[in-house]
Parts: sequence; structure tokens; C-alpha cells
Amino acid sequence: MNPGKILLVEDNPDDVALTLRALKSHNITNDVIVAQDGVQALDYLFGSGDKPASEDLPAVVLLDLKLPKVSGLEVLERIRNDDRTHLLPVVILTSSDEEQDLIRGYKLGANSYVRKPVDFVEFTQAAKQLGLYWLLMNRAPPAPRRP
Amino acid sequence: MSRLRDWPIKRKITAMLLVISGLVLLLTSAAFVTYEVVTNRETIRIQLATRSRILAANSTAALAFANEADATELLGALKYDPHIIAAALYGQDGRVLASYPVGAAADLIPAPQPDGYRFEGGRLVGFTPVAQGENRRLGTLFIASDTKAVSDALRLSGVIAIGVLAIALLAAYALAAGMQGWISGPILALAETATVVSTRQDYAVRAPKLGEDELGTLTDAFNQMLGRIEDQDRELRRHATDLEQRVEARTHELSERNETLRRNAAELLAANQELDAFAYSVSHDLRAPLRSIDGFSQILLEDYGAQLDEAGQDSLRRVRTASQRMATLIDDLLKLARVTRVEMRTERVDLSAMAQDIVADLQRTDSARQVECTIAPGLEARADPPLVRVVLDNLLRNSWKYTAKQPRPRVEFGSTEANGGRAFMVRDNGAGFDMKYMDKLFGVFQRLHSASEFEGTGVGLATVRRIITRHGGRIWAEGAVDQGATFYFTL
Repeated sequence: MNPGKILLVEDNPDDVALTLRALKSHNITNDVIVAQDGVQALDYLFGSGDKPASEDLPAVVLLDLKLPKVSGLEVLERIRNDDRTHLLPVVILTSSDEEQDLIRGYKLGANSYVRKPVDFVEFTQAAKQLGLYWLLMNRAPPAPRRP
Repeated sequence: MSRLRDWPIKRKITAMLLVISGLVLLLTSAAFVTYEVVTNRETIRIQLATRSRILAANSTAALAFANEADATELLGALKYDPHIIAAALYGQDGRVLASYPVGAAADLIPAPQPDGYRFEGGRLVGFTPVAQGENRRLGTLFIASDTKAVSDALRLSGVIAIGVLAIALLAAYALAAGMQGWISGPILALAETATVVSTRQDYAVRAPKLGEDELGTLTDAFNQMLGRIEDQDRELRRHATDLEQRVEARTHELSERNETLRRNAAELLAANQELDAFAYSVSHDLRAPLRSIDGFSQILLEDYGAQLDEAGQDSLRRVRTASQRMATLIDDLLKLARVTRVEMRTERVDLSAMAQDIVADLQRTDSARQVECTIAPGLEARADPPLVRVVLDNLLRNSWKYTAKQPRPRVEFGSTEANGGRAFMVRDNGAGFDMKYMDKLFGVFQRLHSASEFEGTGVGLATVRRIITRHGGRIWAEGAVDQGATFYFTL
């Protein structure tokens, strides 16, 4: 069973390290693609100039909101507005639980909204549950036909 | 008649003068004509009497001898007076001896009548005794005369009277037309002035004074009245102008205030937006480093714990505790800021149900503790539901927390009379507080207990007070150390 890939969109290297460690501690290390800003994330999903879009869509996108260049909400909007990705599961994983972020996130079609706990033990728990749920329990939408 | 009343005053005065003078002249003329007629009748009567007596005296001989020829001759002399119509001499027996004109018709000569002279049938007739001496009567002389002199006099005096009347009326008309101005002039001037005043609203005009009579007095009074009206008008205008200026000034002031308000509102909005941006940034950016600190400390403990002695491990644990506490502080501060920023929507809130819900949650999450909770039923208020929930949550959670060291902890939610109104209250029998520090109770980051005694950030009650203040209510507390605390609030 191929559990699929995770696209982690996160600009803070500490958070990347912590997330990867949290996932690894539960053996969910296979294929975590890290995009350090919104542009990288979009490039991975849709390709850019010389580089084509990646062959397979990730099983889930873990999306931070505060990102350089293109913000997380903009990335989400692009994902939902594109036929290739509009069913792609997106989990917002961010520091804030500001009401405005929650509302806009869900309005734009986020599948889930998780606030990163400061306590690393809790954080690890959260990462584990996310990984298990989205990679193993959740049934991904059928892959769209590529032209 | 109303036609006459509507005549202009000039014509009225002229007509009045003409009527009066005409009447006077008419009466005078009538008197004159009457006098003329009466005088003339008397004159011709006397003339006839005189002539008759002379003729009678001359006729004594002819009558005494009944000499018809003499008598006829005597009477014939009467032809020199053209007014004499007829004459006759009667004898003592009343028989006509002679007549004039000779052979006059019988209707001209009447039968003898009593002596005297009288007007009869449009002529003057006279019967004069003819006597010899004093008492020997011989006969009677009859003479009839026409009254042409009287009618001539009547005609003449009538013509004169009419002429005089006409001339006098003309003169009266001319004089009246000239002199009516004395009366109508000032009145017309008054009328004209009044018209000018009423049509042009010009109270500065004055009626010209044309004399010191009653009309002059009237003009003076009118002018004085105009003067007073002018003064009042000026005063009124002054007031109006004053008022206008004041209104303008006030409007200006108001618009300035509006401008200031608008600016203030804009500044407030900007400040709020800044606060929003700040809170947003804090929410995102301040927590990230804490996560790193906590996370990597934990990684150190997990990966290198074995290489650290107990003191080293304890240090890392303290780092983790501090970073987590900092995270809590940040969260509480953000909540406090949110309480200020969030838009309020008040509706009827069942506070009892809300308190029940919160207490149930506390009992569920901290099931190890047995706390006696009493919640008065049916307490309601108009408030913003999420905000008032923060209030109840903070107060009940505090009570729950501060009764932790109490062997038989009690928490109560109810209402009471306070300052003539209803106040809600949350009471416990916990650690309480010293009333000395009452003013510090609701300050941000102000705590009356150390973190080792009771956990807390010192933001909760500040948040509560801010919410109560935003609802226009009041919050206060009573308590004593180890005697419990009671928090009262109104909404």
C-alpha cells in the first residue's frame, strides 16, 4: 500500500525540522516534500517554466499561512481554483487561531485547520495523528486525468 | 350707497361742500324771491288803494247827481294805467253807473262787495266807498288790476336767484376743489405713506406733515408709530442677524467638531487596524520561536538525556515550562485584545444555563476534584453571548482553581440586590484575597498569588473587567484571605 506523499509548505526551518522529526518518530517519513514558500509549493503542484508539474499529487498538503512571497491562503485559493487540484486535501497547520484566518481558511475550502501547539510533546502527537489520518485512514479523491 | 362711500375723499369733500353751499343758497334765494313777491303785492295793493281813493274823491259829484257821462269820463282816465283791467261806479242802490272799459262784459264787473283790497282769481280787486263829507255815502268805486307787476318781480327775482345760485355754486366748487386739499392732502399723504410702508416694508419713510391741526397730530402719531416700528424692526433684524451669526458660528463649530470626531474615528480605526495587525503578527510570529525553544529542548532531552546529569535535565525542563507559560501568556493577552476589538451583538442570554455548561466542563476535565457547585436557575441578561461566556468562564474557573486547597470546596453562581439594582455574583470559599489589594485585582499581569501557589497569568480578571465595561456594567469583589471571595457584576 502506497501511503502517498506529504507536501509540507513551511518557511520556518525549525518548524520543518520539528515537523519532520515528529513525523519520523511515528515512522511517517516516506516522501515528505518541503516547500519553503508559496511559490515553491505552487511550482511543485503546477510546474513552472522549464520544470513540469510533479507526476503524482501528494496525499495531503500541510499548509502554513504566513509565508513569504505567496501566502498560504493564496496557495489554497490557487489549489481550489485549478481543475487538477481542486479536490486535493489541504490541512492548514499554523501558529495562529485568529478567527479571521479560520473563517477565510474554511471559506477557501481547507479540509482541516490545526494550530501548532508550543508544547513539543503535543506537537508530536498532532503530527502523528495528522500523518496517520491523512495518509492511512483517509481515502484520497480519485486522481484527475492528466492531458 | 356703497358707491358713494367708495368715492375718493377729494370728491367726497367737494360734494359735501357743494351740497351744503347749494342748500344754503337755495334757502337764501327762496327767501329773497318770497320777499320780492310779498313786497311787490303790498306795493301794488297800496298803489291801487291810493288811486282808488283819489278817483273816489273825484267821483262824488258825478255820483251825487248820477251823471253817467261825467262818471264814464272819470273812469276813462284809467286807460293811462295799463295794469287796470276794469273799473265801475255803483250807485247807492248798487246799480252800475259807469264802467271801464265802456260797456265791459258783465263777468268783468262783479256785484258790489264789502270795502277793501284783495287778490282774487289772479287779479287785485278793490272796493272803495265814495262819500260826501264824513258819513254821507254816495256809492262804491270798483277797480280791478292785473298782477303782472308781481309776476314780473317773481320772474326777475327768480332769474336773479338762479343766476346767483349758479355763480355761487361755481365759486363754491372752485373754492371747495381748492380747499379740500387742506383736509384730503394730509390724509392722502398718510394713505400713500401707509401703502409704501406695507408694500415695500420700508419703515424709514415718514408721512409729510401739512399743518398743526388734528390731521397734523394724526400724522405725528402715525410717524411716531412708524418710528417705533422701525426701531423694533431694526432690533428684530439685529436679533435675526445675531441669531444667524450664532447659528453659523455654531454650525461651523459643529462641523469642526464633526471633523475632529471624524479624524478621531479615523485615528481610532487606524489604531484598531494596527492593533489587529499587531495581534495577528503576535499570534503568528511570537509563538514560532517558543515552539522551537520547547521543541529542541525536548529533542535534547529525548536524544541526549542520557548524557545530561539531573541538573542539566532539570534546566531543560525549566526552559520548556517557561516557554509554555510564555505561550499561555501570549494566548491570554491575545484574548484580552480580542475582547476589545470584537464587535458586540447583544441578545438575551441564559446565564444560568451558561454557568451550568461551564461547570460541567470543569467537572469533566478535572474529574479528580469534588466541588459543590450551586447555580441559581433562571438568571438572564442582555449581553454578547461569547463575551459574557468569557466572563463567566473566567470567574467560575478562578473559583474552581482557588478552592483547590479547601477540604470542602464550594462554588456558587447567583444574583443579589446591589445599589438598588440587580448584580450577578460568583462566590467561593477558597483562598480569597486581602481587600488591601482590591485595586490590583483587575489589573493586567497583576497577581495576588504566586504561580507555585496557584497557576495563572494575571490577565483573566483584566479581560473580565474589560468585557463588563464594554457592556456598560460594573464589577467589584469582596473577600478575605482564606475566607473565600465574591465577585459581583452588573450588565
